Amino acid sequence: MSGTADHDALRVESVSHAFGAVQALKNTSLTVKRGDFVALLGVNGAGKSTLFSLITRLYDNVSGSIEVCGHDVRREPGPALARMGVVFQSRSLDISLTIRQNLRYHAALHGIGRREAIERGDRVLERVGLLDKGESKVATLSGGQVRRAEIARALMHDPTLLLLDEATVGLDVRSRTDVVDTVRALVESGEVGVLWATHLFDEVRTTDPVILLHHGEVLAQGTAGEIAGDTTLSDRFLAMTGIDEREIAA
Amino acid sequence: MTTDRLGWSGRFVALSGIVWREAIRFAQQRERFLSALVRPLVWLFIFAAGFRSVLGLSITPPYETYVLYEVYVTPGLCAMIQLFNGMQSSLSMVYDRETGAMRTLLVSPYPRWFVLSSKLIAGVAVSILQVYAFLLIAWFWDIRPPPIGYLALLPALILSGMMLGAIGLLLSSTIRQLENFAGVMNFVIFPMFFASSALYPLWRIQESSELLYDICWFNPFTYAVELIRFALYGQVNWMAAGVVIAITAAFLGAAIYAYDPSKGLVGRKRG
Repeated sequence: MSGTADHDALRVESVSHAFGAVQALKNTSLTVKRGDFVALLGVNGAGKSTLFSLITRLYDNVSGSIEVCGHDVRREPGPALARMGVVFQSRSLDISLTIRQNLRYHAALHGIGRREAIERGDRVLERVGLLDKGESKVATLSGGQVRRAEIARALMHDPTLLLLDEATVGLDVRSRTDVVDTVRALVESGEVGVLWATHLFDEVRTTDPVILLHHGEVLAQGTAGEIAGDTTLSDRFLAMTGIDEREIAA
Repeated sequence: MTTDRLGWSGRFVALSGIVWREAIRFAQQRERFLSALVRPLVWLFIFAAGFRSVLGLSITPPYETYVLYEVYVTPGLCAMIQLFNGMQSSLSMVYDRETGAMRTLLVSPYPRWFVLSSKLIAGVAVSILQVYAFLLIAWFWDIRPPPIGYLALLPALILSGMMLGAIGLLLSSTIRQLENFAGVMNFVIFPMFFASSALYPLWRIQESSELLYDICWFNPFTYAVELIRFALYGQVNWMAAGVVIAITAAFLGAAIYAYDPSKGLVGRKRG
């Protein structure tokens, strides 16, 4: 099977995953269309990072199927990974290199040569508002700048699917807003589908497609407004899971 | 466009990028370069000078005459540089995994075996630079193999570097935390180095202990040392070359297996 523009950016069908006796994901299905900002909501341990690891082939999915732009990640990992940009929960830039050097390294890992990497680097840095920081060592950047640099890196190879795992954790309010706005601006271009994993309900808009994940199970899918109904999304989530509000903040 | 880059030209770009990053990191870590040089030089200047008077060496290939102990020990010290470099690469892989930087590498669209092999090649390139720097200093200490030896040494260093790097790569897949790396020093580097022909000829070891001789004979590091020793004199030790190639294939294969998410160890462990 070869991917075309008609395929969804991401399609996950009936995926389960266990670590020994611990079932981390149970029969999970979801879709991310191009131009969608899909929020994957769940508290710590819900299975969000496990799902990301399966999509990115860090773990092997032994049940169900995962397709990126029509490419099955198990059977065609190369084309699938080539269309995917990832911002992991833990920082993954090389702190001993400058932002531009990190971008060039990432570009090389996607087969993009030096000259093209420089051009693309300028473009993506401008997009995330870091053009003037290109020569700065990552170690000297603030948390928000690092996150935006990671987003720039994820965009270097023009992905169709952008995965962001708790991209705003540990950031102050202003940096959080900057990061969310940057990603939403990308989505508005219509070329990229975003799967945004978070436990912070205030990052989700009423019209965003939302997947509520808890203990590895999808509890609800729909727009945030549909799921919330006549209450707030977080109240609905608390009612569905029976967990304490403080666990969300943790 | 995206799929076009997945071909061999794209792979070459990826390989170059991985080597480039390793070179930058190496250039930034001057202390790493210095320690890589100081370690064998201490052995050469102090240990070998002291041992010269107590250890007699008979004429054995590739040497055609009696040689000073410093001359004998030099190939072993070249291999030692590569051994430490291989383990350093292993350490850097574990560090990258702990800090998350490893994920950048593993989500590359190229096959896992290619990415890991590229990482290995990058480490070997750095180790070769270190060895030649060491040999340059050794030249001023009157360790002067024939000029052809410096050229013939290159393929030998590539092979031995690949073998030692592959061992490090496999180790990195099994070490879960950086703290456990001390164990590698105690249980891998020191036994491999001392129980080999790096410091003493095997016949000398056999005279004192048959068991130790057997251990040295089975130690892959012995073959890396002998491959380098013969190459330095423009000769090929075919047995050593065969063993080094076979061990490289076995360990690299095992490392690729361990890093394969559908088969190996790394993908099955949480974290």
